[in-house]
Amino acid sequence: MYDSLVRPTNNGSETGGVVAEGLGKRYGDLWALRDLDLHVPPGTVLGLLGHNGAGKTTAIRILTTLARPTEGRARVAGLDVVADAARVRERIGVAAQQATVDGLLSARANLEMVGRLHHLSRSEARRTADELLARLDLTDAAGRLAKHLSGGMRRRLDLAASLVAAPEVLFLDEPTTGLDPRSRADLWDLLRGLVDRGTTLFLTTQYLDEADRLADEIVVLDHGRTVAKGTPAELKARIGDDRFDVALATADDLAAAATVLRPFVAHEPTLDAESLVFSAPVVDGTRLIDVVRALDGAGIDAVDVNRRQPSLDDVFLTLTGATGRADGTDATGTGTGTDTGADVTVAGAGHGPTADPEPQEALA
Amino acid sequence: MTATLTPTTAPAPEVATTPVPARATRSAAAALLSDTLVFARRNVEHIRQIPEKLLDVTVQPVMFVLLFAYVFGGAIDVGGSYREYLIGGILVQSIGFGMVGPATSIATDLSEGVIDRFRILPAHRSAYLLGHFLAELAGMLLAVAILLGTGLLVGWRAHTGFVDVATALLLLVAFAAAMIWVGTYLGMLVRTPDAVMGIAFTSIFPLTFISNAFVPIRSMPEVLQWVASWNPMSAMVAAIRELFGNPAAPVAKDVWPMQHPVAAAALYCAALLAIGMPLALRRFRARITD
Repeated sequence: MYDSLVRPTNNGSETGGVVAEGLGKRYGDLWALRDLDLHVPPGTVLGLLGHNGAGKTTAIRILTTLARPTEGRARVAGLDVVADAARVRERIGVAAQQATVDGLLSARANLEMVGRLHHLSRSEARRTADELLARLDLTDAAGRLAKHLSGGMRRRLDLAASLVAAPEVLFLDEPTTGLDPRSRADLWDLLRGLVDRGTTLFLTTQYLDEADRLADEIVVLDHGRTVAKGTPAELKARIGDDRFDVALATADDLAAAATVLRPFVAHEPTLDAESLVFSAPVVDGTRLIDVVRALDGAGIDAVDVNRRQPSLDDVFLTLTGATGRADGTDATGTGTGTDTGADVTVAGAGHGPTADPEPQEALA
Repeated sequence: MTATLTPTTAPAPEVATTPVPARATRSAAAALLSDTLVFARRNVEHIRQIPEKLLDVTVQPVMFVLLFAYVFGGAIDVGGSYREYLIGGILVQSIGFGMVGPATSIATDLSEGVIDRFRILPAHRSAYLLGHFLAELAGMLLAVAILLGTGLLVGWRAHTGFVDVATALLLLVAFAAAMIWVGTYLGMLVRTPDAVMGIAFTSIFPLTFISNAFVPIRSMPEVLQWVASWNPMSAMVAAIRELFGNPAAPVAKDVWPMQHPVAAAALYCAALLAIGMPLALRRFRARITD
């Protein structure tokens, strides 16, 4: 079963990457994860996208041998995560959501310990530790106790620890949560470098731009279920049309703008009440210049007008909003009229199943 | 169900050759030993960072010796030198309280993320606990050495031959080992490291004080005499006193453990070890798999 899934990408040599088939994990009465199918070829990046509690960490815990699946099977680096757990551990690196470093050891001692536990010789462990400290810009902090490092540095140290054994498959559970934008960009660069050198990267994230930038394939989880998978471009395509955003100068123009723009709106516009951005999928064949002319003709002052591909945020809201998440942010807009701003679905709301017929199928 | 779009169109990797560092191929036993030593070294390193962690096995026993020898000692009649009487009691009490160390450090590890790091490493699963055990045992042996040294300073002597003294030391090591496994198990039962101190105090304190550790059992009320005579701590203390040839107050109740303290103490230690160690190892496996 696995073989048929894997072989095409692997020239018949030992299979690598990550393969999961019908993976599920139940805690008590609750399925934290259900029916997860994955196929991550070696050297590619999979982004597991979802809210808190969507099942991302459960998936990582199973694939890294920390939890046993209730059902289904998975192979990591060609090895079964249950039957061959010990050998899987030799081939993977894991950086969990919370930094798993020993606060009472120095940064260097942490890495040396991990190296020794990977059965490197003492000198190898030391050399590897120094290399990784330099690579992750931690050389100056090498002698400091891990508990005295800043949050960002501790995350980097944790990542260094997960790289000690030069893993074939690297699992990162929300690697950039809590990092400042610069550290995030640096981390992305580092990860791309690793992938370029052949590492398979499996990362979970709540950040859509992160998945968009790093992942070759994205799997969207919601309440333990896969609601969509595909390349970032494919997922964006699911939402269909391009969208246009009009940033208005004053709230007074909202109603007028909604009326004027109606001919260009394919369906369900959204409005960000704070930034005064009116956003909607455009009707096919619409030219941006027509939008600008219509606004100008009505005397509406627009600060900015642009046309863009749907973002992953749009995709995500469409996909998971349709499942009826009861978390309050889900104002499933019933307002179909676009003549007053008040009826426009407020941004952050799901677009609802009408936005795209496909998600229905995804959820059945 | 899942609406898969198209098969992954991710760029195929040219060559997925991650350099894997050469790993020495060794026997499982050698790997276990090496992993255990790495973990033991980690604990020693912790002590280097927080030396006050050692207070309970160094300064505290000395304090107890001095306190009892010079403050309480004069008021307690044991029919011989109280300082010689005292050392056996202090040794057993210190080792008993020694379970706080492993319990706290295990509970702390489990409450922090670092345990997940160890679980994901290819290290032997038992190495973590064995490493803890070795480091804690070293700490306890240090405490025993410090206690005996302090004892010598205040006038304690062993009056028996090599075999008896060696047996006494062996018994102390066995008791220490048993208490470390009990502490290890306790550390995995509690929900927070803070709970350890309370549990240790409410169990070890009455156990050592309702015994012959500091006062003769005969000085207690009738009911407590029975409790103290059956208390395993009393057998331990009596065994150490007998093996060192130190004064022991006359037996209060003729129960078997007090008539044959060395045998009883050996049995208690063996039983504690036989129950505590497997329990701790099993509990650990349960804690690290879900």
